[in-house]
Amino acid sequence: MLRLRLLQGIILGVTLGFAVGVGAYTFVYARGYSYMTDDPEACVNCHVMNEQYAGWVKSSHRSVAVCNDCHTPPGLVGKYTTKALNGFWHSYYFTTGWFEDNIQITPRGRRVAEEACRKCHQEIVDAIEAPHSGAPEAQTSCLRCHNSVGHMH
Amino acid sequence: MTEASDKTAETDVDAKPSKLNRKRPWLRFWGVVALAIAATVFGLALLVNIFQRKQEARNPFFRVVELTDDTVDPAIWGKNFPLQYDDYLKTTDQVRTRYGGSEAEPRTPTQADPRSIVAQSRLEEDPRLKLMWAGYAFAKDFREERGHAYMLEDQMFTERQQVAKQPGTCINCHASVYVAYKQLGGGDIVKGFEQLNKTPYFEARKTVTHPVACIDCHDSQTMQLRVTRPAFMEGMRALKASQGIQNYDVNKQATRQEMRAFVCGQCHDEYHFSGPDKRLVYPWAKGLQVENILAFYDEQKFKDWDHADTGAPTLKAQHPEFEMWNQGIHARSGVACADCHMPYKREGALKISDHHVRSPMLNINRACQTCHKWSEDELKARVETIQSRTHSLRNLAMDALVDLINDIKAARSAGRTDAAVTTAQDFQRRAQFYLDFIESENSNGFHAPQEATRILGESINFSRKGQVALRGGVLTANGK
Repeated sequence: MLRLRLLQGIILGVTLGFAVGVGAYTFVYARGYSYMTDDPEACVNCHVMNEQYAGWVKSSHRSVAVCNDCHTPPGLVGKYTTKALNGFWHSYYFTTGWFEDNIQITPRGRRVAEEACRKCHQEIVDAIEAPHSGAPEAQTSCLRCHNSVGHMH
Repeated sequence: MTEASDKTAETDVDAKPSKLNRKRPWLRFWGVVALAIAATVFGLALLVNIFQRKQEARNPFFRVVELTDDTVDPAIWGKNFPLQYDDYLKTTDQVRTRYGGSEAEPRTPTQADPRSIVAQSRLEEDPRLKLMWAGYAFAKDFREERGHAYMLEDQMFTERQQVAKQPGTCINCHASVYVAYKQLGGGDIVKGFEQLNKTPYFEARKTVTHPVACIDCHDSQTMQLRVTRPAFMEGMRALKASQGIQNYDVNKQATRQEMRAFVCGQCHDEYHFSGPDKRLVYPWAKGLQVENILAFYDEQKFKDWDHADTGAPTLKAQHPEFEMWNQGIHARSGVACADCHMPYKREGALKISDHHVRSPMLNINRACQTCHKWSEDELKARVETIQSRTHSLRNLAMDALVDLINDIKAARSAGRTDAAVTTAQDFQRRAQFYLDFIESENSNGFHAPQEATRILGESINFSRKGQVALRGGVLTANGK
């Protein structure tokens, strides 16, 4: 029984050790720590975002908002949950290659960005939005018209 | 990410000490092991992927061979630019779109034409074309265009070669001619161009080997785009002169974005063979619009042939894609040919132009969705709406032209030679050229939708006026 336990322990230790080791190495090699920051440079670690980054540098919003201001919700928990989720799916799709060249935002990402406009522009949105329009489809969508304010593509 | 998934895995297992697990502790153990292995595999895949991207980003290209201004074989260029070359080779694909593209049709090879696959015949699809081109080689054989890879072969073996003696001028746009120009002209491409035009087709054919290749659009040392066709340089010079810019040099004065349309415009436009030396001339001295071009031909008293049924001095319009694109909203917004027909694509960490030149309808994500944030289905539907409207108007214009041709034919066989017949013939020349301007243009109206329908509307008007003239109406040829 003891030997069985020992064997179990070794197998568990080795497999988990590999997972953690490879994970940690990948994290460091891929500059994973940079994703903890707000620095837009982190988003172009990965070449897929080159165009978006180049577009943002030329955009009107570059001096007032960085990537995280529009693409993560407010609050630490929301922010890092979103980062973790996006991080996982980005690594998944970029590793498998199952994505289109002109990448498209997820519905969740779109909701986050839509809400983000209101962080700064709540007043004007209030003034535009029809009062008491409860239905979600009746709500004003900033991005429908202003989808290129942050970056063109 | 690997850590995150590990933690989830462990918590999942810990949180559910279900009966199943208590009974079978092995399941729990192997579950953890399997998850750890999966996480390791994913982590490694990610690591390798990131490693590859980093390597790719370090060196965008490797110089394997030395290219010179005389390297014509694209396979040699392909050693330095394998990604672009791979895509270039794909122009052999034959794919249909709603109104264009080519279908691979099997045929039995003959002595004169060894091709075992051709594209569908446009003449069979619409026999009215035979009447429109009666007496001209196009009435014998006219097929849907295939990809760039077939340009030389399809030109050599079309039946048009057997019914008419073609000049070497045709080669200008059906082969990689830059190096051949230089050889024929002793280093001077304009001299080589003149020499090529004068030579009979099959003799001129011997001076070239490849369909359009890298060197026709790229400088071998810098890879910058450059124009190599004297006809385009001269055409643009004439066009710019008409706009008040003298001595325009396309290779010195065009912007990079303009060049992304001009290199295609070297061939995708209306042209004619001028004079006994069969010089290739683009008729742009008065402008790029259809009436400017017709006015140019009228001034030159140029005709392609006399119509077999009516004797009218008729013109054959040839794929004026460059001219029509110039009238459209995309050109006005600074969108070049290459933006939609050779859109940027990602290969690992590299961004390249897709050298598989083809219909944007076969590549909607890269071609359209860079700017238009709508679903692929929606974008396709928009394009097809434009094309189906153009197509139905084109059918009306074709019917009107057939009516006019039949009327003139009847009048002539009744022995009429009066001025009204000449007026009607002139209207036929106009109606036919306007209609052909859209018919032979390879976008079915998409490049400039309103301009296309305007031209077709005018074509119908010319045909009907020709009929009115024959019936005694008083009209002048330009319809004013």
